[in-house]
Amino acid sequence: MTSRLDLRRAARMTDYWAVVYRRTWKGTAISSFVVPLLYILAMGVLLGGFIKGDPSKLEGATSYLAFVAPGMVAAQSMTTVFGEVTYPVMGMIKWHRTYYGMIATPLGVPDVVFAHLAFVVFRVATVAAVFMAVMASFGVFGSVWGVLVAYLVQLLIGLAFAAPLYALTAAMKDESAFALVFRLGMIPMFLFSGAFFPVSNLSPPLEALAKITPLWHGVDLTRMLVLGHVDGSMVLIHVVYLSVLALGGWYGATRLLERRLIT
Amino acid sequence: MTRTPQPVSPAAARVGAVSDAMIHASGLRKSFEAGGTTVEAVKGIDVEVRPGEAFGFLGPNGAGKSSTMRMIAAVSPVSAGTLRILGMDPAVDGPKIRARIGVCPQEDTLDTELNVRDNLYIYGRYFGLPRAEVRQRAEELLEFVQLTEKASAKVEDLSGGMKRRLTIARSLINKPDLLLLDEPTTGLDPQARHVVWDRLFRLKQQGVTLVLTTHYMDEAEQLCDRLVVMDKGLIVAEGSPASLITQYSTREVTELRFALGENEAIAAQVEDLAERVEVLPDRLLLYSADGEETIAKVHERGLRPVMSLVRRSTLEDVFLRLTGRTLVD
Repeated sequence: MTSRLDLRRAARMTDYWAVVYRRTWKGTAISSFVVPLLYILAMGVLLGGFIKGDPSKLEGATSYLAFVAPGMVAAQSMTTVFGEVTYPVMGMIKWHRTYYGMIATPLGVPDVVFAHLAFVVFRVATVAAVFMAVMASFGVFGSVWGVLVAYLVQLLIGLAFAAPLYALTAAMKDESAFALVFRLGMIPMFLFSGAFFPVSNLSPPLEALAKITPLWHGVDLTRMLVLGHVDGSMVLIHVVYLSVLALGGWYGATRLLERRLIT
Repeated sequence: MTRTPQPVSPAAARVGAVSDAMIHASGLRKSFEAGGTTVEAVKGIDVEVRPGEAFGFLGPNGAGKSSTMRMIAAVSPVSAGTLRILGMDPAVDGPKIRARIGVCPQEDTLDTELNVRDNLYIYGRYFGLPRAEVRQRAEELLEFVQLTEKASAKVEDLSGGMKRRLTIARSLINKPDLLLLDEPTTGLDPQARHVVWDRLFRLKQQGVTLVLTTHYMDEAEQLCDRLVVMDKGLIVAEGSPASLITQYSTREVTELRFALGENEAIAAQVEDLAERVEVLPDRLLLYSADGEETIAKVHERGLRPVMSLVRRSTLEDVFLRLTGRTLVD
């Protein structure tokens, strides 16, 4: 029953995801597009107005706004993924059984997983594009190239979260553990992984812990590129770390959904 | 449009069996791991479904019907034995098989947030059909299942019968050679059931091979040319509805009701009047070729039932005889 990924087959789901997007984009517009603007205003401009822009303490940023903006882009890429993967994937497995309908056709589980992850990355791409356009209007970018690469990095961050989270969801019996995933996973990472303050402000053990989280790798990579202070070896570490999560999670997601659906 | 199935002599059918059969299963088994123990859902069955045939799997809940159907639909691996669908091995050619079959599952898997037309359109795209072709096909199928007026309605607003018809329409989007229906009318009201039967009958006339599971005997009698009765993972009988009745029941059944508590004692007195006598809590069933004659003999012995009636044997009598009257669930 298990089949290999076939990109031509996976592409047949484009119309499905286009319909889903047309149906849902208005509902997600506020959280995806308006909330980022509010964050930049509240945290970057208003709260940041009280913080002295000392580049030596802000990882090279000349203002708090310039420091926090790339951190928030990466954090927003993560939160978008949490919203797009957890409940929707559980719904397609369990509540609406949409996946069962899909795999009754020539489509296989690898095709289904690929198309769904591609859609999640597309969602991250739209959210990050809007967020970065908003940031550009505040004049916080160092170089155009850095920003373009940072934009592509958001897609990697998206997949690095989406794929393992998909695998986790496929392995979960029901949705009851999602509350824990959000409260003990997403929110602490959002707050403490360096998006809002330099992780060096944490005590050494907590700093080490923060640096294990995938969001810190995403935040640091995004910030380096946006501010134009690129450290090649750190870039490599971040990209490898996020890629391993993305590829390992993708593999796990496919295997676990197969185990769930093909009995 | 209408394809008449060619009459095939039994000998020819046997010779061509392996290559022509829509479904060929031998020694087919399915077991699951559930809660640390192995559950044997299907314990070795032999099935052969020929082109143009309407074939039924009958059985009580837990008999292994749905497990068998899932294996035939190429979404559930075979545990042991041989299975060929349209001449192909589902373990190797799953996608190719699924491209040529239609599946109407027991539980609806429609996208409840999409409208009726989009459900068909999107599903057709999964088969790689060109957009224009799927659009046209969707309109034809909406017509076929009488949902044209509901084309723009959301699925969640449809009645149970409409959802079923939509699921059937969806399973036909790829013009399947073989249509699998798992309990197609369970939960429908009588009107809706008759509409579904009518549509399935038309498909059969067009030459589509139908394979269905049901625990409604009238459904099996209406639709199936041939069927197997499954019980506890095994096939316990096989044949046409009429031949099964001949083989496992009598032509007629006489139902007699006596005063409460007398049934057991009276059963002993009438035992020799029928091929088989069954004692139920509220009545006696006497299986014989001529029910009126049986009643006359009962009266000759001075027995006066409170109520008596004679009816034709049905598939339900066969079913209950083969699978017992004990509740499964």
